[in-house]
Amino acid sequence: MNKDLHNYIIQLGDNSLILGHRISEWCGHGPVLEQDIALTNIALDHVGQARMYYQLAATMEPGKTEDDYAYLRTVTEYKNLLLLEQENKDFGYTIARSFYYDQFHLLILRVLKSCGNKDLSEIAAQAYKEVSYHCRFSSDWVKRLGDGTEESHRRIQRALDEFFPYTAEFFAPSEADNYMAGKYGVDLSKLSSQWSVIVENIVREATLTMPTTPYPQLGGKQGRHSEKLGFILTELQYMQRTYPNSTW
Amino acid sequence: MDNLKEKAFQDKIDQDTRIEPKDWMPENYRKALIRQISQHAHSEIVGMLPEGNWVTRAPNLRRKVALLAKVQDEAGHGLYLYAAAETLGVSRDDLIDQLHTGKAKYSSIFNYPTISWADMGTIGWLVDGAAIMNQVPLCRCSYGPYARAMVRVCKEESFHQRQGYEILLTLSRGTEAQKQMLQDSVNRWWWPSLMMFGPSDSDSPHSAQSMAWKIKRFSNDELRQRFVDACVDQARILGVTLPDPDLKWNEERGHYDFGEIDWDEFWQVVKGHGPCNKDRIETRVKAYEDGAWVREAATAYAEKQAKRKEKVA
Repeated sequence: MNKDLHNYIIQLGDNSLILGHRISEWCGHGPVLEQDIALTNIALDHVGQARMYYQLAATMEPGKTEDDYAYLRTVTEYKNLLLLEQENKDFGYTIARSFYYDQFHLLILRVLKSCGNKDLSEIAAQAYKEVSYHCRFSSDWVKRLGDGTEESHRRIQRALDEFFPYTAEFFAPSEADNYMAGKYGVDLSKLSSQWSVIVENIVREATLTMPTTPYPQLGGKQGRHSEKLGFILTELQYMQRTYPNSTW
Repeated sequence: MDNLKEKAFQDKIDQDTRIEPKDWMPENYRKALIRQISQHAHSEIVGMLPEGNWVTRAPNLRRKVALLAKVQDEAGHGLYLYAAAETLGVSRDDLIDQLHTGKAKYSSIFNYPTISWADMGTIGWLVDGAAIMNQVPLCRCSYGPYARAMVRVCKEESFHQRQGYEILLTLSRGTEAQKQMLQDSVNRWWWPSLMMFGPSDSDSPHSAQSMAWKIKRFSNDELRQRFVDACVDQARILGVTLPDPDLKWNEERGHYDFGEIDWDEFWQVVKGHGPCNKDRIETRVKAYEDGAWVREAATAYAEKQAKRKEKVA
């Protein structure tokens, strides 16, 4: 098995699952019915994407299924970005987290969908359509909140500020990322400036201030997570851990 | 004058002509519909909570996706039912306010807790099953927008019911622990599901008028009987026992006889004192209050955008 490629696919799957799981926590609690439905849609997209990545990873590792990756790995085996395991807190934080990630996600998928790995490019092509909508949703809300009321402006600015240090991890390559850059030209260093330009333009349009920080938060891709992931997995894996080897 | 109108209205109903939003209708017909449609919409919205409770704990990815999609369907049902109610001249905000202040009711079944994964299956099988029994006749209800909304709702509900039953079928073929989980869940949900058809006809305050107006087509007891008859075979296939010692086939009636419903429990829950009434409303109120700043922002932004457009034009 190609360990680097496998790790890379798992990294993508973990990002999708953990963010999808977080957003799914909104289900039934949204600020307005239409947004409840939209958030659930987005959560469904993410979990659907996670399944495609895990199913692909399982083809490389005989005897594994998609559920083994989701339900039977520990915190340190998860490779998702730290940003994505951060709590929903309020609608503003939820939007800020998605906004930063969606824009990065779209850039990655754009490269992946025309990369030389056929399996990955097929998944990326489908995910690209979904994530284009995610980008529209989150950036529209950044603008609405930023240029809405004084309170919404203050809240979304605070959320953008607080989550910004985690965005450095998007562009800090893991071994798997380095492999993908060398083999398939998925080069993170080339995406960093594109991401900054796109994000800054939207933040400015939203009458907000682009945060800066010299102190990045890194480690998720290497399995060094925040304390929050353990609680996500506690819920996520409850059934599989309590009733092992059962069919659901 | 109103008598003439009322006669023309009743003639229409009797000829099975649909009543549409702009048609004249008696005030009480309007009120009865608002009450029923909004109760129905609230039930969809509150109904998201007991199942939403398991979204983060679904046992595998396939089930997680299916459950999320199901709860999302319920939000969708709520949305078009509120829209149907709005055609009668009320606003969604007012209706939601009635839910939050306890003026409006919703289906009591959602005041019971979901404490195991099997409950996701049982809710689909029994609760959605009972809802379908109640709702299929509403597709022919005299009020056009409600009837049309119900066509779509019923299609999705029957999908949910099959999905729920399939969850239970999987448990029934599983380990001892899964079979126990299944039986325990059916034990808890059976009687509350029978209560979903409402009080016996003799104690149902709105039934007679609703039947005359063809908002309602069958009596509570008729529908309840149909439901029991349908469930017995389905329970047999699952290998579960329905928790009613009096349940047996009555050759003469051609129906199953069943035991007396605990009406004290029914009224206790209806009056707001069930296991989860408080939680459910508190959760809805919290979501609404926490979301106030978001809704205000969206309104303020839309106003600013409109002004900007005006300036450009």
